Amino acid sequence: MSTGKNQLFNQKIQVMNNYELMVIFTPVLSEEDFKSAQKKYQDFIKENGGSTVASNPWGLKSLAYPIDKKTTGIYWILEFTAPATVNEKLKIQFLRDEQIMRHMITKLDKYAVEYNHIKRNGGFPVHKAVEA
Amino acid sequence: MAKNEIKYLTAIKQEKPKKKFCRFKKYGIKYVDYKDTDFLKKFLNEQGKMLPRRLSGNSLKYQRKVADAIKRSRQMALLPYVTDLFK
Repeated sequence: MSTGKNQLFNQKIQVMNNYELMVIFTPVLSEEDFKSAQKKYQDFIKENGGSTVASNPWGLKSLAYPIDKKTTGIYWILEFTAPATVNEKLKIQFLRDEQIMRHMITKLDKYAVEYNHIKRNGGFPVHKAVEA
Repeated sequence: MAKNEIKYLTAIKQEKPKKKFCRFKKYGIKYVDYKDTDFLKKFLNEQGKMLPRRLSGNSLKYQRKVADAIKRSRQMALLPYVTDLFK
């Protein structure tokens, strides 16, 4: 009986979580391909009931150690809110994509969301302001 | 020589060593960002190994968070796993 109740509960409320995604694309990617890939994954999240909070392409950056015999990579960071089911689907897409060398999705707690918000709006990260 | 005179081989330390503190607790930092490599480098030695709590002075709670952040940024090739002459 209790499980039936839980199912009803789950159907009614879909819990949204805050996530941060970091992707390393291959350095051979052109500017247009990079942009279209960003759009593709943002649309994918939107289709699955999530929404983008902020997108931040870092661009070409040297890696601390070689990945797939490459010493540079194109970094892209996306902050988004989505139900927890999206991540597994997203992961499959990333693994299939040959342009992507590495990806990571991290869950953000309330302090992390606050931190990202301050950083986005031009405020210094807390520790930098103190230590300077 | 007077018999009741006490001699020390080394000078007695007059000043107390500076007390270590947890910078996260002191400055109210709640979140350790894995993308901020310049900040994380403060907790690494020359070989890119993490400093122990005994040296960094972090409280256990934040040492764990720093460790997580460093491991994440190593995964994403922002920090090296092993290196020489890091700084």
